[in-house]
Amino acid sequence: MAVDPLIELRDVNKYYGELHVLQDINLTVGKGEVVVVIGPSGSGKSTLCRAINRLETIESGTIQLDGQPLPEEGKALAKLRAEVGMVFQSFNLFAHKTVLQNVSLAQVKVRKRKREDADKRSLELLDRVGLASQAPKYPAQLSGGQQQRVAIARALAMEPKALLFDEPTSALDPEMINEVLEVMRQLAHDGMTMVVVTHEMGFARSAANRVVFMADGRIVEDRTPEEFFTNPRTDRAKDFLSKILKH
Amino acid sequence: MNVLTDNFSTFGDGFLGTVELTLYASVLALVLGFLMASFRVAPVGSLRVFGTAWVTVLRNTPLTLLFFAVLLGLPRFGLVLPFKVFAILALGCYTSAFICEALRSGINTVPRGQGEAARSLGMSFGQSLGLVVLPQAFRSVIPPVGSTLIALAKNSAIAGAFSVTELLGTYRTLSELGYNIVWTFVWIAVGYLIITLAISALFNVLERKWGVAR
Repeated sequence: MAVDPLIELRDVNKYYGELHVLQDINLTVGKGEVVVVIGPSGSGKSTLCRAINRLETIESGTIQLDGQPLPEEGKALAKLRAEVGMVFQSFNLFAHKTVLQNVSLAQVKVRKRKREDADKRSLELLDRVGLASQAPKYPAQLSGGQQQRVAIARALAMEPKALLFDEPTSALDPEMINEVLEVMRQLAHDGMTMVVVTHEMGFARSAANRVVFMADGRIVEDRTPEEFFTNPRTDRAKDFLSKILKH
Repeated sequence: MNVLTDNFSTFGDGFLGTVELTLYASVLALVLGFLMASFRVAPVGSLRVFGTAWVTVLRNTPLTLLFFAVLLGLPRFGLVLPFKVFAILALGCYTSAFICEALRSGINTVPRGQGEAARSLGMSFGQSLGLVVLPQAFRSVIPPVGSTLIALAKNSAIAGAFSVTELLGTYRTLSELGYNIVWTFVWIAVGYLIITLAISALFNVLERKWGVAR
């Protein structure tokens, strides 16, 4: 186990009306750890990911980030969200802003950096994800894979302590998936703390420290990728793996 | 035909009165409508309730009744202002309910993920609304807001019944002077057309400049 916990969930429960989507979730993510969350659709893995920066509220339990409990609303919550980057399935780049403005906006408005400094840093980050030449374009002019890499650069621009990925490659054409996964692998390699909800088993195997398998709102298994993929303990996980690894 | 040339200053005063009412009431309606739309999408429950109540009351009250309430009601509570100011208040508040709903429908056309992305970057509610959601909502609300302001210009005629100088009211003076009522109304109609077509033109320009690119 990691010595230094960054994200800690204790007995977290969430309901959508009657539906108990998160059931007694306990999860600790250490600094620099890469945790991949997998599971069938409707298992609550996206909800779990979104609960960590309170895009979803929870009914009971506690979520702590770097030792601080998640604030309810207002300034304190905004401050904390700035420390946790999020990458969405549908990219969610600001449609009315250029690529460069997308990456710079929150640096200027939230981090209070000077426009020039923010743009300079944005260009460095865009270069890192291989998109510096696209800076003056609008998101709609970019391919899905490019948009998602811009979204990662935008999250990195805040210098977050951790990054959350909510199915970052699920809306992409197969040939664009790799360019995004490559950027994520590089981040994992550089020691970024990451929680990744994904269906990419290859990424889970190669980049994750731990695999968390969820089904029906519960964490069913929480182990190293090697152990999980070669020797899953539960029938639920065996069943899931047999379905997705067949082809 | 000589109704216009003989009474140019009467028409002019009325015309300017209507322009003034429209202009000030429009500004008031846009500011209040913007505020109420923000309230209606705010994360604070009491603000949402206030915004909803504002819209429900003002949108469902006949404008003439609202004029009576403001012009005759408020002085009873010790608030005495020139009738013109009262008229601007009544028109502006009434129209703000419609502006609010047009803005809100625009906000709802912006995908949810845009606001979520803004919040996940640490922006406050005000920042995500002002920097991300509203600029995108703005593009799709230009046509309905234009229509609402044109309706406001025409609704300002009601103020004439409360002895505020405005365009439609000029017919009373002129018919007392014995001018042909039909021609009087034709010129009044032309006056309204000038104002409403000007608003249309303004919003066409805005739409060309800011409208949703397809």
